[in-house]
Amino acid sequence: MEKELKVAALRNGTVIDHIPADKLYKVVSILHLDNCEQQITIGNNLDSAKVGKKGIIKISDRAFAEDETNKIALIAPNAKINIIRDYVVVEKRPLSLPSEIREIIQCGNPNCITNNQPVATKFHVIMHDEEIMLKCHYCEREVIRDKVKIK
Amino acid sequence: MGVWGQIMSNNSLVSIADYSKEEILAILDSAADFETNPNRKTLDGKVIATLFFEPSTRTRLSFETAVVRLGGSIIGFSDAATSSSSKGETLNDTIHMVSCYADAIVMRHPLEGAARYASEVAPVPIINAGDGANQHPSQTLLDLYSILKTQGTLENLTICLVGDLKYGRTVHSLIMAMSHFHPTFKFIAPDELKMPDEYKVFCRKKNIPFTEVNELNDNFNDADILYMTRVQKERFQDLMEYERVKNVYTLKNSMLENTKSNLRILHPLPRVTEIDPDVDSNEKAYYFRQAQNGLYVRQAIVSKLLKTT
Repeated sequence: MEKELKVAALRNGTVIDHIPADKLYKVVSILHLDNCEQQITIGNNLDSAKVGKKGIIKISDRAFAEDETNKIALIAPNAKINIIRDYVVVEKRPLSLPSEIREIIQCGNPNCITNNQPVATKFHVIMHDEEIMLKCHYCEREVIRDKVKIK
Repeated sequence: MGVWGQIMSNNSLVSIADYSKEEILAILDSAADFETNPNRKTLDGKVIATLFFEPSTRTRLSFETAVVRLGGSIIGFSDAATSSSSKGETLNDTIHMVSCYADAIVMRHPLEGAARYASEVAPVPIINAGDGANQHPSQTLLDLYSILKTQGTLENLTICLVGDLKYGRTVHSLIMAMSHFHPTFKFIAPDELKMPDEYKVFCRKKNIPFTEVNELNDNFNDADILYMTRVQKERFQDLMEYERVKNVYTLKNSMLENTKSNLRILHPLPRVTEIDPDVDSNEKAYYFRQAQNGLYVRQAIVSKLLKTT
């Protein structure tokens, strides 16, 4: 009942649910929601059967573009995005990392062309020993997903 | 077109990791053909730009010789200070400008990823002649050609990699390229310059056996190839340690007595102290001929990129 009320309270907009509690403020930060002009509700440390303690973000009248959802997938891959219209969940969008991520990550290699010339970054998502790694398309350096630097 | 069609799908040579076993072998076949006759006029009328934003002797001279012996012409610069990049021109602009004049661009650049980027913006083929510490594929191909030529095969060889295995791009690329041919590796390096974990993980994934030791001594008596690299002073925080390592990692002629008869010693050059000059006259010393092989391999690369063979 309580969960239904949280979602139903939003007329139009987006709910980002099942964010691990320790990642909530990072998601807020990378989506620049601290500067968001729309109505926004942020809850944290809510009980969750899936992730223990979870965070939730509800934003009115806001849809997320693909590169924005990519950012969420990097930080909180199991978060769920619900699109709300007229109080109804019209789309449940589970996040998954794309095979290629453009622009939003900064390469950690100071000698990479992308850190020295006006070149947009591009990373390939690869698996190494069950660990998700991101490989710079240009300098070919790899970084563990948890250590990526978001622009 | 065959495999070459696949190799040259972007019509550039950027990274050895882009190439399959068949694609590598096709380049080596072509190089062998150029070795039998390196003087042809197949590049007659073609202009090749050599843009060396970072200094180089061997690579630039061998690319330029490769082109001249095939009847092509060279434009370019060998020092970034004499190019408009010193005035702040972006690589994008330099590449677009040079593409107006040249049929292909051979480029060395200090920034990693510069060649990949150039290959994406250039309308003409880009040949990576080294991008920072990242890739130097023509060196890897000439290393493979030298191994094939001296051993008669690339399959099932024992290869000792010696020296700076941490920062040395040639050894990293060689591991990736040799992974197609069932090698056994021995990594011989001081603790400061050990092979990075990512390449050991790579070997395990490909079921490539390897061992690690940190003294040169006679640890290469079972080797077919001894690949020496330069131990650079600036890599060491403790200069006392550098002095110790430098002496331990010097190959001397007397150390070759019990090695296999087919052993050949390779080095990407320049060498400093890691190979004593008394090794030069040993028939197992192959590093100068290795440099000569660079000419044929580079003729093969340029010709294939320009589709003149």
